[in-house]
Formats: sequence, C-alpha cells, structure tokens
Amino acid sequence: MTTHITHHEDAHQAHHGHSDGHDAGHGSMKSYMTGFILSVILTAVPFWLVMGDVFSSKAVTVALIMVFAAIQIVVHMVYFLHMNSRSEGGWTLLALIFTFVILVIALSGSLWVMHHLNINMMPVSPDMMRNAP
Amino acid sequence: MFSHLDTKSLIFGRLDLGAFPIHEPILVATFIAVALGGIAVVGALTYFRLWGYLWKEWFTSVDHKKIGIMYIVLAIIMLLRGFADALMMRTQQAIAFNGNEGIFPPHHYDQIFTAHGVIMIFFMAMPFVTGLMNFVVPLQIGARDVSFPFLNNFSFWMTAAGAALIMISLFVGEFARTGWLAYPPLSGADYSPGVGVDYYIWGLQVAGVGTTLSGINLIATIVKMRAPGMTMMKMPIFTWTSFCTNILIVASFPILTATLALLSLDRYVGTHFFTNDLGGNPMMYVNLIWIWGHPEVYILILPAFGIFSEIVATFCGKRLFGYASMVYATCVIMILSYLVWLHHFFTMGSGASVNAFFGITTMIISIPTGAKIFNWLFTMYRGRIRFEVPMLWTIGFMVTFVIGGMTGVMLAVPPADFVLHNSLFLIAHFHNVIIGGVVFGVLAGFNYWFPKAFGFRLDAFWGKMSFWFWLVGFYFAFMPLYVLGLMGVTRRVSQFEDPSLQIWFIIAAFGAFLIALGIASFIIQLIVSFMKREELRDLTGDPWNGRTLEWSTSSPPPDYNFAFTPVIHDHDSWYDMKRRGYTRPLEGFRPIHMPKNTGTGVILAGLSVALGFGLIWYMWWLAALSLVAIIVVSIVHTFNYKRDFYIPADEVVATEAERTQLLTRKA
Repeated sequence: MTTHITHHEDAHQAHHGHSDGHDAGHGSMKSYMTGFILSVILTAVPFWLVMGDVFSSKAVTVALIMVFAAIQIVVHMVYFLHMNSRSEGGWTLLALIFTFVILVIALSGSLWVMHHLNINMMPVSPDMMRNAP
Repeated sequence: MFSHLDTKSLIFGRLDLGAFPIHEPILVATFIAVALGGIAVVGALTYFRLWGYLWKEWFTSVDHKKIGIMYIVLAIIMLLRGFADALMMRTQQAIAFNGNEGIFPPHHYDQIFTAHGVIMIFFMAMPFVTGLMNFVVPLQIGARDVSFPFLNNFSFWMTAAGAALIMISLFVGEFARTGWLAYPPLSGADYSPGVGVDYYIWGLQVAGVGTTLSGINLIATIVKMRAPGMTMMKMPIFTWTSFCTNILIVASFPILTATLALLSLDRYVGTHFFTNDLGGNPMMYVNLIWIWGHPEVYILILPAFGIFSEIVATFCGKRLFGYASMVYATCVIMILSYLVWLHHFFTMGSGASVNAFFGITTMIISIPTGAKIFNWLFTMYRGRIRFEVPMLWTIGFMVTFVIGGMTGVMLAVPPADFVLHNSLFLIAHFHNVIIGGVVFGVLAGFNYWFPKAFGFRLDAFWGKMSFWFWLVGFYFAFMPLYVLGLMGVTRRVSQFEDPSLQIWFIIAAFGAFLIALGIASFIIQLIVSFMKREELRDLTGDPWNGRTLEWSTSSPPPDYNFAFTPVIHDHDSWYDMKRRGYTRPLEGFRPIHMPKNTGTGVILAGLSVALGFGLIWYMWWLAALSLVAIIVVSIVHTFNYKRDFYIPADEVVATEAERTQLLTRKA
C-alpha cells in the first residue's frame, strides 16, 4: 500500500510544479512600458532618418532601417512575448534557435541554389558556360 | 474566370455531366462496386443501430486511443486504394509492349501513378504513423490524454476530409496527371486546365491543417505531460522519435502549405510565381517543395525507427543497446534532413559546388542511420530472441533497409545521379526504403500494439504468412526495377517499344501479386484473430513481457489510462517497476478529470470538404458559404464551456476491481 500513496503524492507535487512554471510567463506593468517605449523609439528613429534626409546615401539609410527592424524584433520577443532563457524550462529559447536555424538554412540555401540555376540555366554563350561556377 | 456568367455556371461552376466518367468502363465498374459496398455498410450500420454508437463513442471522441485507431483504419482503407493503383500500374507495364496500348490510355495512366503516390504518402503512411503516435505516446509517458484533446479529434477529421476529396476525384471529374509533387509548369493553368491539380491542391491543404495541428499537439504533450521522474533521457525511444518527427512536421508543413498556396494563386488569379513567362520560375517550386519534401521522408521513417527499437528491446529481452546514441542519432537526422533537399534535383542545373555540398550532406546523413542499424544488431547480440511476428518484420526491415540505404548513397553521388535520375532505379530505391522501412515498421507496430488496443493478440500464423508474402513480394517487385533503371528505363511511362524489357516487368508484376497476397493475409489475420479472440485474449495487459509504460495498464486501457500517475526511475520504466516488485494500488482512487466529447471536429471537417469542392469546381457560392460557416462554427465552439467532466471514484474503483479479477484469473 505504501507504494501507491507515495506515487500519488509525487504526482500531486509534480502538478504543482507544473502550474508554477506556467505563471513565470507573464510580464509586469514596468516591463510592458519599457517594451512600449523602446519600440516607439525604434520606430520613430527610422522615420526621422527617412523624413529628415539625414544621410545622403540611400544605402546607408536602408541598412540602418534594417538594423532597427532587427532590434525591434528582439524587443518584441523579450518584452511582449516574454521570451528568455528560463521560460518554459528553456524550451522557448530552444524552439527559437531551431526556428532561426531552419529559416537561415531555407532562405540562404534557396538563394544559393536559385542563383546557381539562374546563372547556369539562362541562355549563355559557350564561353560563359566554361566559366560557370 | 467570370467570362460567361449564366445561371448554370453560377450554381454548378464548371461541374457538368461530362465530369462524370460514364464512358470509362473500369471507373463505372469501380463506382458500382464502391456504391454497392457503401450501401451494404450503411445498411448494416442502420440495421444493427450502430450510428449512434459510432457517433457517440468514436466520431466525436477526444480519447487519444480511439483517435489513433481511427487514423489507422483510415490508413488501411487508403492502403487498399493506393495498392489497387499499384496493381493497375504493374499490370499495364507488364502488357503494354509491341504496340499494345495496355488497359489504360496515357491520360488515365498518368492519373493512376499520381494518385498512387499522393495516397500512399499523405493518406496511408502519414495517418498510419500519426495513428500509432497518437495511440502509443500518451501511454508511454504516463499521460491520460494529449495536451489538446479536441484539437486531436479535429486533426483526424481534417486528414479524413483531405482523403475524402481525393476519393471524390475518382468519380467526379479527374485527378492530377502531374506526378505526386505536381511540378509546374505542367501543373500550371496552361498545361493542366482541368480540375485534377485543384483536387490535388485542396486535398493536401485540408489534410495539411490536420497534420500540422496534430504535430503541435504531440510536441506539447511530450514536453508538458510526461509522468513525474521521466526526464527527456528517460523517455522511451519511440516517444523520442515521435518528438523529433513532430518537430519536423511543425517546421516543414508550413513550407508545403505556402508553396501550394503560391501554385493556387498562379492557377486561380493568374499570378506568375511558377510560370515560364513574365518573371516566373518553375524551378523555385521544385526547390521549395523539396525543402518540405525531404524532411517529410524522415517524418515517415523516424517513427518506424522508434517502433523497431521498442520491438528489438522487447523481443530480445534486453535494454536497447546505446540508448543515448540512438537519441543523438535521431536528433542529428532531424537537423540534417533540412540540409539535403537538393539531391532530389541534382540534374536541374546547379553548379558543381552546390551539387557537391548537397551530395556530401546526403552521404553524411547515412552515418547516424548506420549507427542505428548497429544499435539494433548489438541489442540482438546475445539476446534471447523471440521470433514473434513483430520481430520478424524488424529483421526483414534491417536486411531490406540496408540495401535501400546503399542504393540511396549511390544516388547521392551527383555524377551517378545524372545517369539514374528519374529512372526506375530511383523508383526501386525509394520503394526499398519506404516499404522496407515505413511499411514494415507500421505493420510491425500494428502487430506489436494491437493487443494493447483491443485486448487480444493477432493470429501469429496469418501474421507470418503476411510477412513472408510481403518480404518475398517486395524483392520480386522491386529488384527488377533496379535492373531496368540501370538499363536506362525512365519512370511514369505507360507503353514500351523494346520487347527485351518485358520479362523484367512481368517479374515485377508477379512481385506485386505476391504483395497482394500479403495484404490479403493481413486482412485474413484480422478476421481470424477476431474469431479466435477468446483464445488470444490478453488478460495481463503485458502480452510480450514489455519494457515501457504502456504495458503496465490493462488491454485495452481504461478511458483514463492510469488510475494513478506512475513515477519513473529508469528509461525502461515498466521493466524497472516489474524488477522492483511493483504492486498495483488497489484502493484510494479519486474522481478523474477528463475532456468531454464534441462533434465540432466532424462538422468543421465536413465544411472543409464543401469548401474544397466549391473551390475545385468554381462554385463560388458554396466556397464562400462553407468558409463563413467554418468561421462561425469555430467561434461558437469557443463558447462551449461544457468541455470536461469527472469520472466518479466509484467507476474507477469498479474498473480497477475488474482488472484485479482478470489478473487473478490469469494467475
């Protein structure tokens, strides 16, 4: 009989542990406000860069906007989606890394493959053919 | 699309009487047979008043065990349909020589090989694998159900809805004539103006919803619902492979959905993603579909590896050799499966550096796979091997799969692939790994877990007949195709000129006939086992002296699976519990919280069939109406608060007392 009582109690405790882990996923007023202000800044700066003609080179402006966009994504994930290395026992971070790896593989692979195909399969002269990658 | 608006096309779209194949005698005969069979089944169900039982106990059930069984029933029905296609192809190719047209004109033959591929992958292998995972995983991790029980029911019905659309295409209109991946430009609006490709697209899109959701469901189940004490490295190996499989599903099926969505935009609204002109690029479709397609292959084979691992450990009476290496090999395969997709189109014109990269990654993936083979061999080494039916399938798999794996490495060498691409050598290779791996795996798993699902074992004699017919039939059917492929015969050809090839096709047809006997033996096995069920009854719940948690419950398990959540100390947890003299708890039962059945999944899936049918035939009113209905039903369902109930303690006590009685009767 003792075995089954211990079993039962263990199961019960495990259940509590489970719900504790769930609570960890919510943010406070402070963190939401931080996220909000950061994302407003990160949106306003690119706006100003374009509207105020800050840089003469268009390429620099575009590159900077991309950088701000990337930071914006991180801000959203941290402050609004509550992603950190501890949430859900690390599974959230692991899933994020996995998704990132798969995206990088699929996008960079596709670009590489399609670039090759475009070069090799377009009408070419025999000379270009010899120098194909 | 709206060129001639009249009442008839407003109501029926492009559906007219010409869509019904009344001039095709083979299809008419099939239709009559299916209709008579259908009427007989419906009549019998009505006569024995089984509709209410089926609806209440099965169709609306959110019990993972029943949903798993329904998946497998769907898979077996679709196996019969897909295999009928295979027999027709083998017959056609065996006789279509010397100017003989064979039994099928090319436009019909093209539909047959497309349907065969689509059905076998999406509606046979996938539901079979998903069904086994659904049934086994919660039992193996000591859970009472999956994380999202309603979603599970919905996923099953969406898969069934996709299958229904494909089946409708047999008698209303036509199916795609493009091959199972529907490459453009052939599948574009210019070259396939009919409804065939649209059936393909919407069948797969509807079923894809179910597959993706069930993947999410099982990941959540495995991550969140393991019994206390079961760390990741104490999970049974089948649960591990299921876990990796479902990650692959969730990561890759959206790519298929997106690719098919782009193709449907090309076909429906005239965009140019994959057309030859106006900036489109058909090669992009091939690239995208294989980014999904290669992980898909591993989605099918990884669970089979898990099944074989469980069976080898059980029937050799030993711990699985190299548990940790098995886990790591599975994870490595999971990642590597995303790095090899280009080996499906080496010949499309990439340069040497691209082909070399993907050739090498493909060869690397055979290393973890080879490691698994050695793990199984070393588990068998010095084990007390019991040659029961599941073990026979496992040994048949090991021999067959190694041959298929080696021809796969041959195909991975880009220069060799230029010779073998799209030849029958390729056909022989992938049937070698899919039949030798996946089909043998699911049949092994079916024989292994059947007593758990139904409370009686399957008849061993007919199981062995089935195994030997399948094994020998496989070699007769596909070894000739290797030979033909090396001679340069290409796939998807309906008539041949060179009479010297005929003998090989006749041998292959004989092999297909042997496989037909294997399938017949399988069905006889089911019938015979049902007749002899008292004799084959499993009273203990542990007929094979198993090692994992599913064997600790009764056969079939009670609705709640485990009266008390077990506590895990070791990765062969049931073996560990038996060794430490585990005694079943006999009192102290409490009410058990369970999810309630709901019919919403059936309704949503039925509406999805209507939506697909409307889109296929341009019946826009039907499509719009069903889409609105789907949204309304989904919203209404969120207001359904009566979604759980308690199994009263008395009922648990009664169920467990019955079990105690059975166990004493056995002793």
